[in-house]
Formats: sequence, C-alpha cells, structure tokens
Amino acid sequence: MGRKLLLDKANIEGIRYYDVYRREGGYRSVEKALKSMTPDQVTDEVKKSGLRGRGGAGFPTGMKWSFLAKPEGVPRYLVVNADESEPGTFKDRYLMEFIPHLLIEGMITSSYALGSNRSYIYIRGEYAWIVDILEQAIAEAKNNGWLGKNILGTGFDLEIYVQRGAGAYICGEETALLESLEGKRGNPRIKPPFPAVKGLWDCPTVVNNVETITAVVPIVNEGGEEYAKIGVGKSTGTKLISACGNINKPGVYEIDMTISVEEFIYSDEYCGGIANGRKLKACIPGGSSVPILPANLLLKTAKGETRYMNYESLADGGFATGSMMGSGGFIVMDDSQCVVRHTYTLARFYRHESCGQCSPCREGTGWMEKILWNLETGKGKMSDIDLLWDIQRKIEGNTICPLGDAAAWPVAAAIRHFRDEFEWHVTNPDDAQRRNYGLAHYADPIKVATPA
Amino acid sequence: MAEEKKLFKVTIDNITIDVEPGTTILNAARQIGGDVTPPAMCYYSKLQGSGGKCRTCLVEVAAGSAADPRPMPKLVASCRTTVMDGMVVKNITSERVLDARAGVVEFLLLNHPLDCPICDQAGECHLQDLSYEHGKEGTRYEFKRRTFEKEDIGPYIQLHMTRCILCYRCTYVADQITNNRVHGILDRGDHAEISTYISKAIDNDFSGNMIDVCPVGALTDKTFRFKNRVWFTKPVDAHRDCEKCCGKVTLWQRGDEVLRVTARKDQWGEVQSYDSKPGWICNTCRFDKKHVNDWVIEGPTKISRHSVISQGHYVGMQKPKETMPEVMGGRAPKLLMDIHEISEVNSVDISALPGPATSKTFEKKEQ
Repeated sequence: MGRKLLLDKANIEGIRYYDVYRREGGYRSVEKALKSMTPDQVTDEVKKSGLRGRGGAGFPTGMKWSFLAKPEGVPRYLVVNADESEPGTFKDRYLMEFIPHLLIEGMITSSYALGSNRSYIYIRGEYAWIVDILEQAIAEAKNNGWLGKNILGTGFDLEIYVQRGAGAYICGEETALLESLEGKRGNPRIKPPFPAVKGLWDCPTVVNNVETITAVVPIVNEGGEEYAKIGVGKSTGTKLISACGNINKPGVYEIDMTISVEEFIYSDEYCGGIANGRKLKACIPGGSSVPILPANLLLKTAKGETRYMNYESLADGGFATGSMMGSGGFIVMDDSQCVVRHTYTLARFYRHESCGQCSPCREGTGWMEKILWNLETGKGKMSDIDLLWDIQRKIEGNTICPLGDAAAWPVAAAIRHFRDEFEWHVTNPDDAQRRNYGLAHYADPIKVATPA
Repeated sequence: MAEEKKLFKVTIDNITIDVEPGTTILNAARQIGGDVTPPAMCYYSKLQGSGGKCRTCLVEVAAGSAADPRPMPKLVASCRTTVMDGMVVKNITSERVLDARAGVVEFLLLNHPLDCPICDQAGECHLQDLSYEHGKEGTRYEFKRRTFEKEDIGPYIQLHMTRCILCYRCTYVADQITNNRVHGILDRGDHAEISTYISKAIDNDFSGNMIDVCPVGALTDKTFRFKNRVWFTKPVDAHRDCEKCCGKVTLWQRGDEVLRVTARKDQWGEVQSYDSKPGWICNTCRFDKKHVNDWVIEGPTKISRHSVISQGHYVGMQKPKETMPEVMGGRAPKLLMDIHEISEVNSVDISALPGPATSKTFEKKEQ
C-alpha cells in the first residue's frame, strides 16, 4: 500500500467545500510558506523534492521555476495548465472536481514562490462544470482571506482567474495555451523565447500542470527532502495514474512509483486485472502520445528486468523497446483489440487536432490517417507500412511544437512492435474485416541475450 | 560606435562569415548567398513575426556556439534562430537536412493541386522553384486532395484556397501594413483555410500587397488573371509620384501595354527596401495605373537568368545561328505544311510582326 499525498482525503464527504477542507488541515502550506519562508526558500524546497512536471515531459519543476526571469517592474505570471485533453488522461479532472481547494492552495503557495500576483487556470472547455466548482472554491478562499489583497497580513496579493478553453487539444501545449489565454488563435509559438522569459503578454510566465501545482502542497507541508524519500531515483513523490481500457477497475490511482507495472495491472488495489478473463495484449502507459508497448515488453524490459511504474523504468530501452511515463494515462488493451484500428483512431485524433501551422504536421497527420484507414479496411498495400514509417520519421522532430512528435510516436511504435499485425491486415484483407489478429506472440517472453 | 560592435562568426556549410549579433541563420546565409541559402516559403523579412511555419529552411546546428559547442539535437528553423558566436551550421552538407527538406516539400505538395498550367503564378511561384530544386520527381500520395471553392475577396483579389500552403504571410500583411484585418485563418489542421470573416470584402489601400507576398497562386490579381503568362511579359522598373506609397514598381509589359503592376522584388522574392523601409505599393498604383503614360520608365528589371521570366528578356538577345541551310548545302527545307495555313489559333505569324505581339494582335478581326 503506497502512501497517498494528494488523494488521501479525497473520499471525505464535503472535502470539496472550504469548511471541511480547512478542518482536515487544508491551507497549512500557505500559512507555513507565507509566514515562515521566503519565496526562494519555497523554490528551494521544490528543487530538493525532485518534483518532475506531471504534464507529460517530466521536466524538473524546481529547475523550471528557477529559470523564471525576474526583471524589475515586470509582472510575472503563474498559469496552471488544466487543459487536460490527452486521450486516456483524466487525473486533473479528478483533482479539480473533488478537491478543488488543493489546487487553489498549491497555486497560492506557488504564486508566492514565483512572485505572481495574478495567476490563471486555463481549463479545458469541455470541463464546463468544473469551472463552476473552481470558481466556487476561489470565492470561498477569497471570503476566508486566502486570496485578495494582503493575504494573512504578509503583504502578498493574489488573484486567481479561471479561463475556459474552446475545445482544442493544441491549447494544452504551453505556448498555444498562452496565445489562447491572450485571446488569440491557439497556435504554438516558436521557441525560443521560452515562456520563462517571454510568456503571457510578453512577461515571464511559468506554466505548470494541475497535478504539479497540487504536489507543491505536500512538499511545503512536509519539506522537500521528506517528499524526495518517497519513490525511487529521480522519480520522487507520488504520481496520479488514470487507468482505463480493458481492466476491471478503471479510475484514478495514486502510486508511489515503486510498484511494478505487473502489480499495477493485476493487483486488486489498482486495476484489478484484465476484464472478462481476457489476456493483456498491449498498453500505452502514459497517455495516447507515448509509444505503445506489447505485453511482453510492458512487463519486462528488453534486458529481462521487471518494469516499474516510474519515469526511468518505463523509458528503459528508449523508444526501441521502451515508452514514457507521459501524463499518466494508462490505456490497457486486451487480446480482442486491433492495433491497426487503434492506431488509426489515434491518427484521426491528431489529424483533427493539428493546428495547421507548420507543414509536416498539418499535411502528414492527414496522410497517415488516410493510409491507416486503407490498411484497416483491407485496401492497404505492403508498401504502405514502409510509407507510414517514412512519413512519421519526417514529421518527428521537424515541427514547431511536440504535437508532431505526439502524432508520430504512436504510429512508429505500432509499426515497430506490431508489424506482423499490419502485414496480416494486408495479406488477409477479408479476414481482417471479420476477426482480430488476437494476442499472437505479443505476450511471449522475450529472449534475453545472456551476458557473455 | 559601429566599428567597435562585436561581430559573430558563423560557419555555414564550411563558409565562415561575420554577422551582426541578432541576425538569424537564414539572413546570415543570405549574406553568403548561393546554394548555402536555405529556401524559405513562409519567412518574409519585412513582415514581423513571420517564419518558422513551413519548415523548408530547417538546418542542422553542429555546434551551438564557441562557448557551448554542443550540437542542437533537432533541426532548427533557420529563419527564426539567431546566430551565436562560433556557431557551425550545416545546410546542404547535412544528409539529415536534405532528407527532412525533401519530406517538407512532399508534404507541401500533398494537397497542392499542381495546376501550374492554368495558374497565374506559374513562372514566379516559389513552390515551383522549391519543388524543382528540392523535391522528388513523384509523389507517394494516392488520395483525393483537399479542394475549396474560389472566393473573391474584394474587387481586386481572388483567393484560390486550394493552392494555399498556409504560410500566413498575407495575414501578417493585413495585420501590419493595412489598417484593419478582416481576414485570417479559419479552422485548423489540414482543413484550415484563409478566409475573410463571413465573406467580407477586403477593401484597403494596401491589400494588394497580399498578392505580392503570396508564395503560390492562392492570391492572384484579378486585373491580371489569365491575361498572359509571366514569361511572355517584359518586366520594366518604373516609378511615379504617389502620395500613399513609395511609387516604385515593376511594370509587366507586353509591347506598350501594361498588363500588371507589382512591387519590386529582391533576389529572395521579397519586396525591395528603400532606406530600410519596405517598398509596399498602394492599390492605386497596382490596379489603376495601367498605362505607360502614368509611369516614368527607368529601364528593364534585372531578372535572374535562371528564372523562366528572363527568357522574355529580349534586350540584347542574339538569334541563334541557323544551321539548316549549311547542312543542306544552301537549300531551304521544304515544309510539308505551314502551321499558319491550317491553324485557326495561330493565325498570326508573330515572327513577321515588326514589334512585340500585344493582345491587340490576337483580337479576332471582323470577317
């Protein structure tokens, strides 16, 4: 049983409201930070904690904060990225829906550390009802003196605003988010300059994920070093995993990154095994953008070691045999799922969500979708598979923002690990319309080269 | 103190050059010129914020700077990356760059109709040049291309969205040199389109410059549409006193007839600058002054000899030596038929005319 830092009180009735939240020890971190710490001390604690961004890239948060330019007379901003649109990821929704005050509390502490007097929550447009929840929480916090002018008599002012997006996945990219927040078309900016230097309204800005900001609360409460003791290696603290797909118990789980992938999928505490007595075929461990892994590579690394649920272990083997922690959207697929169909679905998503600013992503995503549709419907050719590989190779790394990479990786990984399923679709087009390729050899143990 | 300003040393494809700090890699390469200059479809030096989108100018940075000689992991857009002292850039010497660029050209041409034979831009189209220089001979795309309806935006400009490569240049023109922008990008991804807000007409004194910045034939001059092929016209530099703009233009003539007026372009296909001010021209000069008497002619425009337009540049041209009589021992070949005798289209013997052919020459004579 891992330790819970974020969701330990999530099941208390009424935790959504200020009174219960405060009674359960809420807003302690704000008191501690504002009254007994300087902003730099808070940043130092976050650095010591080794907290890594929970939005997907896993960049160390303390380092990101210390990059923030601090010119005189220029306001700085904290923007919370709540534009959680990655297929398979729904952890932020859970946090904001059930314990909104945790986010507000984290934002006050973080804004204090960064010197932001106006902080924004950019929330996904589809989360319409959560906007109301957050605004209610902000109003409650304001009535109780946690927001506004001169908070706790320390002279620190802070206002928090909630801004709804208009339903674009691309606005989860930090610079596109800032453009959208400024009221413009949500096109990613060309970096550099980075938001830490020129962000919202050309002022230094930090953009953090919801989960990252909420993790600041236990870090300040318990101290960065205590927080760093949880977890393993550079994967410190706890991580929310939103598990979905063919499992018995889909939902949001808080793990402490020391459990193995096998335990996470099969133990009753977490996913509770594969649904309907079927077998595990493949899994996308970190949200739709990260490479898909077949069952054998998911549970064990290419070296034959057990794979754990943390940043390093999931990425072990690079893209050739590994994947990524990503945003923690754990999508499990059983042997009744078709990888070609699944890849097509993702390609369609990325084609629809590409902003159309730079050519490789705008044109390439649509092309991949069409080829995958041909393969899926039995009209594919063997050369299409190589063509797909070539297209994804030419998109990856050549685009302005990571959406191009995110569109290319799932296709690349699917071809890399499931090439025979693609080929089966080409050689048996009629069969492919009626039945699935099934599990095939995807769960067979991998031959590990014995060290000489 | 201009002399004391420290210059940055950049090496592009093994050619080293000193440039001012803040110069982009692309502009440094343009100072060198020639083959090491990356192509640019969306970058336009006179338009602030342009560039970075088309990805044709991707280059490899083999060493970031003298202080930090690590290479950059990804290819970078040279138009938006500023140079550092001691930076080493690989453009045509990098396999990765050439591969990525061929990919970008293929992507750009995926949904492009390739209707060059009926496109007014043909001959001065950047996409044509780009695909000729960097593209593959065929495409691997087997699907239907996206198409749009043609749209008239204002009295002078026609938008042919099917040909658009979404470089965003025209929206920057509208933003930066006209008073108010009524057109922009609608929708996103490969279904994005340039359009006006609910078919509003673009009505602005400087809107015509959108035609000049468009790298392809998506925005064309309605007063010139289908009048002529650019390589049959003769570009002439001219000027007039205009209270709205610089008045320095290129006239595209056929005989004495002015078929089209554009701003003057530099060797990169961009509008020329005068005293570091871009020479945008107003709509009056562009669309209304279509008579040689309106202009003071300065002389023929210099056109790169690689351009197809230069073939119409008959000043000083020498007629090739006729070798046939020599081969045939002084006899002229007997033609089985003369095309001018049977063709109704070619009823005019152009070579028999004393001067250049104009549209008057081709007007149907009353029987």
